[in-house]
Amino acid sequence: MSDKRADSVAFVRDTFIAEQPAPSSATGVVKWLQDNLFATWANGLLTIVSLYVVYLLLTATMPWIFNGIWNTESLAQCREVLDGSTGACFSVLSERWNQLLFGFKYPPDQYWRPTLAFVLMFAALAPVLFFDLPRKLLVITALFPFTAYWLIWGGTILTPLFALAGVVVGYFVYARFVKNSFAAGFFGAIVAALVVWMLGGQIIPENANDNALLAAVPSRDLGGFMLNMMLGLTCVSLSVPIGIALALGRQSNLPLIKVICVVFIEFIRGVPLITLLFVANVMLAYFFPPGSGVDLFLRVVIMITMFSAAYIAEVIRGGLAALPKGQYEAADSLGLDYPQAMRLIILPQALKISIPGIVNVAVGLFKDTTLVSVISMFDLVGMIRGPILASTEWNGVYWELFMAASVLFFVVCYGISQYSQWLERRLATDHR
Amino acid sequence: MTTLTDPPAGTFRLSMLLNDTRYRSLTFQAIALLVLIAAIVFLANNLMTNLRTAGLNISYEFLGSPAGYDINQTLIAYDSQSTNMRAAWVGILNTMLVAVLACATATVFGVIAGVLRLSNNWLVRKLMAVYVEIFRNIPVLIWIIIIFTIMTAVMPGARDYLGAEPKTELLFGMFAFTNRGVYAPAPVWNDGSGLVIAVFVLSIIGIFAYRRYARNLLYATGKLLPTGWPSLALLIVPVVLAFFIMGQPIGLDSPDVLANRFNLKGGIQIGAPLIALWFALSIYTGAFIAENVRAGIQAVSKGQTEAAAALGLRSGRIMNLVVLPQALRVIIPPLISNYLNITKNTSLAIAVGYADITATLGGITLNQTGRAIECVLLLMLFYLVISLSISALMNVYNNAMKLKER
Repeated sequence: MSDKRADSVAFVRDTFIAEQPAPSSATGVVKWLQDNLFATWANGLLTIVSLYVVYLLLTATMPWIFNGIWNTESLAQCREVLDGSTGACFSVLSERWNQLLFGFKYPPDQYWRPTLAFVLMFAALAPVLFFDLPRKLLVITALFPFTAYWLIWGGTILTPLFALAGVVVGYFVYARFVKNSFAAGFFGAIVAALVVWMLGGQIIPENANDNALLAAVPSRDLGGFMLNMMLGLTCVSLSVPIGIALALGRQSNLPLIKVICVVFIEFIRGVPLITLLFVANVMLAYFFPPGSGVDLFLRVVIMITMFSAAYIAEVIRGGLAALPKGQYEAADSLGLDYPQAMRLIILPQALKISIPGIVNVAVGLFKDTTLVSVISMFDLVGMIRGPILASTEWNGVYWELFMAASVLFFVVCYGISQYSQWLERRLATDHR
Repeated sequence: MTTLTDPPAGTFRLSMLLNDTRYRSLTFQAIALLVLIAAIVFLANNLMTNLRTAGLNISYEFLGSPAGYDINQTLIAYDSQSTNMRAAWVGILNTMLVAVLACATATVFGVIAGVLRLSNNWLVRKLMAVYVEIFRNIPVLIWIIIIFTIMTAVMPGARDYLGAEPKTELLFGMFAFTNRGVYAPAPVWNDGSGLVIAVFVLSIIGIFAYRRYARNLLYATGKLLPTGWPSLALLIVPVVLAFFIMGQPIGLDSPDVLANRFNLKGGIQIGAPLIALWFALSIYTGAFIAENVRAGIQAVSKGQTEAAAALGLRSGRIMNLVVLPQALRVIIPPLISNYLNITKNTSLAIAVGYADITATLGGITLNQTGRAIECVLLLMLFYLVISLSISALMNVYNNAMKLKER
């Protein structure tokens, strides 16, 4: 209780001052500029320098791009049209676009085949990448390798049909025996598939390709960006299962299996991809049975798959190591045997952790497919450096071609990395 | 009373090899060993048959025979009469040279870009993000070729620099950027330069000794000595004094524009392929290192900075004593694996004609002698040795830096 009375206090406020808008320096654009661009003197200086760099870059490239010529026959004509002014000669892209995509030997009237395979690829990848889609769509994914093979290489349809038949038979054998023992199912499936494939090899006649529905295209005629996509997709999808096996082997308790896996992984990771491509180019043929004539494309696929399998194995090993030990022990205490524990408890969680790493490897591998140009395969880079820059019409057009190649790779790689980030958010089940 | 005992040691039956976990692992390993041996025998047999059919054998004698080709950029004496072995050594040294150069510059680019990506400045942050995304998502081979093309197609010819009234002036009167590479001044060591270098080495040792002394003093008494300015002074003053006392024994030999009518003479020539490879690997890997640096700094939780500030440390000391030691533990392992990647990516030199080990041993020597298997095996062995030694170093470092727990 205070005995002070109101009139003994000098001043008591009885009304509020009207609300004032915030000072202009503390709101809106001005505040944003001040906070983000001109917070301190040094910061302001940095902003001005960066603006100048951006200005330089834009003034150097923009006139060149927007003044570009798209419809001439050769570099000389292009220079005539430009008449000394700055401008790109994008005609090389419009004229050689098909070569950049398909290589210079793929029959032009058959371009629809790889294009169709490319479109189908999205249908096949969709159920793998977005698992909200109905699971039945995975049938398309399962059929895609055989369809794509038939579309791109052509020839008799019997080859992909027998390949498919082998896989189907293998699957049924697996489903029949896996209940007894995983090992019986797994190895039984492999043996069954091999038997069907060998039968197929005997049954398909030598001249089956002669009057095939789709004309056969030999591997050496493949090229351009298509080759990069094919190598990237094939090798990554083949190397994931091999990588899983290698990672499990490296974590295994069996010393011999562990040593084999460690030596393989460390050896492959210790040498550059180029040396492995040299192996594919000059050495690997010696290791096949005489007269088997395995073509360069297949040898390159084998080596790149081994390469990426080793890296993916290390990523998955990281995932396996990151799982708490309790998960392994819980699986054991439930009485699950090794294959069951791996398939039902460990791998689903470990693979989830490893997805960002696997995607990183996939992006790196896709970029590395350009190295095949060094062993004279005509992929996108090989096409640019070889047939296109060497031709009389386009000798000297560098920037337009390199820009196109960069844009193609950037779009694919940036797209994949954005997908990976989306997936990581999607899979984040720990509600932080 | 019951006790838990081992299962009765019954007689061994063959089915136990599959059904008993004690023996099953042995069975599996035996099968794996058989498969491995079968595979090796199959491959070796194929190799032998194929080699016999082709009339080849495995022999390393070609290493001692004259190489018969020239190499434009060498660190050791070499001419076309030198042996293939010598050519391989030239290649190994060139690989090392470009790897060391690229590692150094990539670290600089990466650290700058990584720190700037965390800047308060919106524009700088975005620019660095664009740099990182562009360089990470385009193959390094394309970057090497682009920069090589800039070097060879855009730069002026050496002739533009020649004569009394050249079309293009030398930069600072010392550097010439031509389509064949960069000409830079070469140091000339006269009498007495050894002493200057000795003084330089001694002052570096002195800096370390001083910093150690300052740190021990800090830990023992809490007395803080300045380290920044004294170190700088210790580095510069004695060397400059020695340099002038000895009568300026170290000179520079700049490229001479008047000596020859066709080409620049004197100085060091750094070939265009080396520059393309060096620069492309640096900016490409720099983008990856930038992400590591950013992740490392972000991995140090904010509470650490705040706690240090609450203890009354100044911002420079917070960075040096609290944030960096923790961030480095996160940054260094991926940094070293990036160095490993640079070393392996130097093999792309073959695309621009830089004479590294892949281009000499795996390129020209292989094509001229036809010894494909031997050359590729030696090439792999070289890279394997390099990679494994870098990994070993990394393991030593990781063990030293591991969080010491009880």
